[in-house]
Order: sequence, then C-alpha cells, then structure tokens
Amino acid sequence: MHETAILFLEFGAVLLGLGLLGALALRIGISPIPLYLIAGLAFGTGGVLPLATSEDFISIGAELGVVLLLLTLGLEYNADELVTSLTGNARAGIVDLVLNAAPGAIIALLLGWGPVAAVAMAGVTYATSSGITAKVLSDLGWIGNRETPTVLSLLVFEDLTMAVYLPVLTTMLAGLSLVSGAISVGIALATVSVVLVVALRFGRFIEAFVSSPNSEVLLLKVVGLALLVAGLAQQLQVSAAVGAFLVGIALSGELAEDAQALLAPLRDLFAAVFFVFFGFQTDPAKILPVAGLAALLALVSMVTKVLTGMYAARRAGIGKAGQARAGIALIPRGEFNIVIAGLAVGAGAHPDLGALAAAYVLILAAFGPLAAKLVQPLIQGIAKRA
Amino acid sequence: MEVEQTALPGIGLRHDFTTRSGQRVGVVSHRTGRRDLVIYDKDDPDRACQTVRLNDEEADALAEILGAPRIVQRLNKLHQEVAGLVSVQLPIAGDSPYAGRPMGDARVRTRTGASIVAVVRGGRVFASPGPDFVFQAGDVVVVVGGEDSTAEVADILAEG
Repeated sequence: MHETAILFLEFGAVLLGLGLLGALALRIGISPIPLYLIAGLAFGTGGVLPLATSEDFISIGAELGVVLLLLTLGLEYNADELVTSLTGNARAGIVDLVLNAAPGAIIALLLGWGPVAAVAMAGVTYATSSGITAKVLSDLGWIGNRETPTVLSLLVFEDLTMAVYLPVLTTMLAGLSLVSGAISVGIALATVSVVLVVALRFGRFIEAFVSSPNSEVLLLKVVGLALLVAGLAQQLQVSAAVGAFLVGIALSGELAEDAQALLAPLRDLFAAVFFVFFGFQTDPAKILPVAGLAALLALVSMVTKVLTGMYAARRAGIGKAGQARAGIALIPRGEFNIVIAGLAVGAGAHPDLGALAAAYVLILAAFGPLAAKLVQPLIQGIAKRA
Repeated sequence: MEVEQTALPGIGLRHDFTTRSGQRVGVVSHRTGRRDLVIYDKDDPDRACQTVRLNDEEADALAEILGAPRIVQRLNKLHQEVAGLVSVQLPIAGDSPYAGRPMGDARVRTRTGASIVAVVRGGRVFASPGPDFVFQAGDVVVVVGGEDSTAEVADILAEG
C-alpha cells in the first residue's frame, strides 16, 4: 500500500476511535482524557496494536497539541485577573503550592529519581486541571455557589505559578551546569515578567496588531504568533509550551475570548492527539508495577487538595459544606500534569516517571469529577445538620 | 440593600444580594452572554440550590418585566458599541408643552433624527411607544441618537 494511504488509514482510525471514546466518556459523565490515555497505551510501544507508519506524524501532531493546549490555557485568564489573584489570594495560593507539590516531589526523591525528576513530579501533583474543574462546576450547578470564586482564584494562581514553573523546569531538564542553568532560569523569569508587564500596560497594542474582524485572519495571526514564539522559546531551551503559554497570557480581553472560541476545535483535535501520543510513549507493561504507587499518590494528593480548598474557602468566610465542595472541586488533574510529565519524559527523565504520571492522571481525571458527584448528597447532609 | 459583586475568573461576574425576607439571590453573567439566575439554599447559604439558565433574549425579557434599569443598561452598552450613538433620559417637566399630549405631536424623529425608544413611568417601562402614546408630567423619555440630535430633543420636550 502507498505510504500516504497507510498514514491516513492509521490516523483516521485513531481519530475515529477517540471520537467513540469521547462519546463513551460523555455518557458516563467523566473527562475523556483518561480514555485517550488508555487508547494511546493500547496503540503504542508494547501495546496490543502498535502503529508503525503514522507515529512520526502523530508525534508532530502531539507537539502542536501541547502548543495549542498551553496557548488556550494562557488565554483563559487575562493579565488583570492574574495580578488580582496574586495580590488577593497569595496566601491560599502558596498553601496550595506547598501542600500539593510536596507529595510528588517526596515520592520522586524516595524512589531515588533525583532532584530534577522531583521538580517535575511536584508539578504533576500540584496543578489542578482547570478544564475538568470548570466542567465539574458547570455540570453540578456549582458556578453560582459562593465558594466558587475561591476555587477559580486558586486556579488562576496555579496558572501564574506555571508561567514561572515551566521555564524553570525546562531549564533544569536541559541539564545545564549550575551557572548556565541559573542564567537561563533568570532569563526565563525575566521574560515571564516582561510578558506580564507588556500584557498589562501595552496589551492594547498587541491586540491592535492581532485583532481582525475576520475570524480566518484572526485564527491565522494568533496561531502563527504562538508557533513563532513557541519556536523561539524552544530555540532558547525554554520549551515551546512555555512560549505558547506566554502568548496566551499576553492576549486578553475580547480578543482572547474570540481567539479561544476559534481555537477550541483545533485544540480539541490536537490535544486528543497529544494525550494519545503520551500514551504511545508509555509502555503499558510499566504501568502495572507503578499502579499501587500511583493510587497511593492519588489518594494523598486528593487529601492535600481537599485540605487546600477547605483552607482557602474558610479564609473567604465560607461555611463547612462549601469548604468541602471547594476542596473536592480541586481534585481533578489533567492536561497540565501530562504536559509536565511529557516534557520530563521527552528530556530523558526516569523512564518510570511517564508511567507513574499517566496512571496518576488516569485515576484523578476519572475519579475527580465522580468524587464530586458522589459526595454532593453527603455534603448536603452536613449542611442540613449544621 | 447591598449588592455584592464578585469576579469569576475565566467565567464572568456574579452579583448577589439578600432579600428582606432573608433569601439570597444572585445572577451569574457569563462572558458568553449566558445569564444564570441563582437562588441560594437556606440551609447552606453558599450553595445555589436553583439555577435558571437564561439566554440573551430570556434575560432581557425577565429584566423588562422586573423593571427599567435593565433597559437603560442595555442602551448604555449599545452606546458603547456604536461610537457616536448616545442614549439620554429626558424628564417631561410639569411645564413641558407636551405633557398630556400624544408623542406624535412632537414629531421628534422628523425634526431631529433621534428616536424615542422607551418611556419610563413610575417604574414601569413602555418600550417602543407609538405616536399616540400620551406623555404625562414626570415621565422619563429614553432617546437614542447622535449627540446633537438628542440635545435638540431635550429642547423640544422642554420648550416645544
């Protein structure tokens, strides 16, 4: 068969399969991310049905997926919201960081994976999936709840932390010497600050440059700019993902909303490819040995997230039931965590890291929303008694 | 009564307040234009026990039933969107030549180009009044048009 024909057949089958899995996820009421990961495990290295021809193509699609994921994550909040969350919720945000980065870091150190893997695993357990959490809030009718702003502002704070964390992580993964590493981290942090300041002060100039009444032109400009900056960032050893994320943060206001709506279908397509590709790279045989560990890690970090949410909500003067809801809403992990693990695996971190992160996200992306649904009646009971 | 306004990053804005009878009510304004009317649980005051999802049209309809301010807000938004267009609220004074006369007599649109889009009377809104709508002293007339033409309407309503 012709190479192109095989490529289309394989890629088409993968996408169609993902579509069916997505439909299944919708029916059960969970995020499709865990199912995409499972599909990737089945079709990749050591899986039941390894794909030969389209792997290169899918790997490029996955890279695009990371760029689009991070670009839209950056678009989600504007610079004002980022700064407000920094000033208003710094304390809860720091509690969130310390409590939830710790389990991942500690487990990596206990396993003897070294400090760099510990930093990567810290990120894997730290970040809540803003996508899945937003969906939980909306599905359960929690958006109007009074604890919801607390939850959202923690998510914003995490986003901001990621802007600093990702460049630091990628420089560490690049394995530079202490001095040149420190210099690159310095450059990365300076870039992040400059982007934030530019977005705050001169956002309208960027918007004037990018904006267009024509959606086609807008789409091309935004994606073009994101890829250009992503490429530049990659060249500077800061990782393409970080570049795209910063472009997303720099764009705000109505433009960002329009761009988000335009990018959504494109992101959904390539992000699905990214999750599959991450599954590809992970050997399913490696998942089983770490499954117990992943479950333990999931359990511990579920508790730490619930505590974080309860602490933040109590500070905001929310009652007991609301505190519990805030904690539970923060449990899901998803895209960010896989992106972080993907960066670490791509840079040659410990081979088990990918498997552990995959199993961990599988559990929490699937279980987080379910937990919220199951616990809802219980919480109402607490409220009635109080 | 104090209306609390809270930003919902990534979603929009929430307004809420407690009624005199102790019921907490709120409105979540999504960036997408969707509005949620939210009723809070009495046992668990942080929880929305009823959420009524409203689209643009439904939110407008509800607001029109509830009162005038929403119309003015909408006009202000319109005004922001279309540069050069202003909306003004002009009272019909007791000594206005048009108090007690039908709106058609003033021939506002013919003379100035501006349009009367609503009349507010005692908290009630008469949207798009016809030419035979009779003005009363104390009415507030909502006019949309250019800066100059709305000023001319003010003169007409005051002096004829």
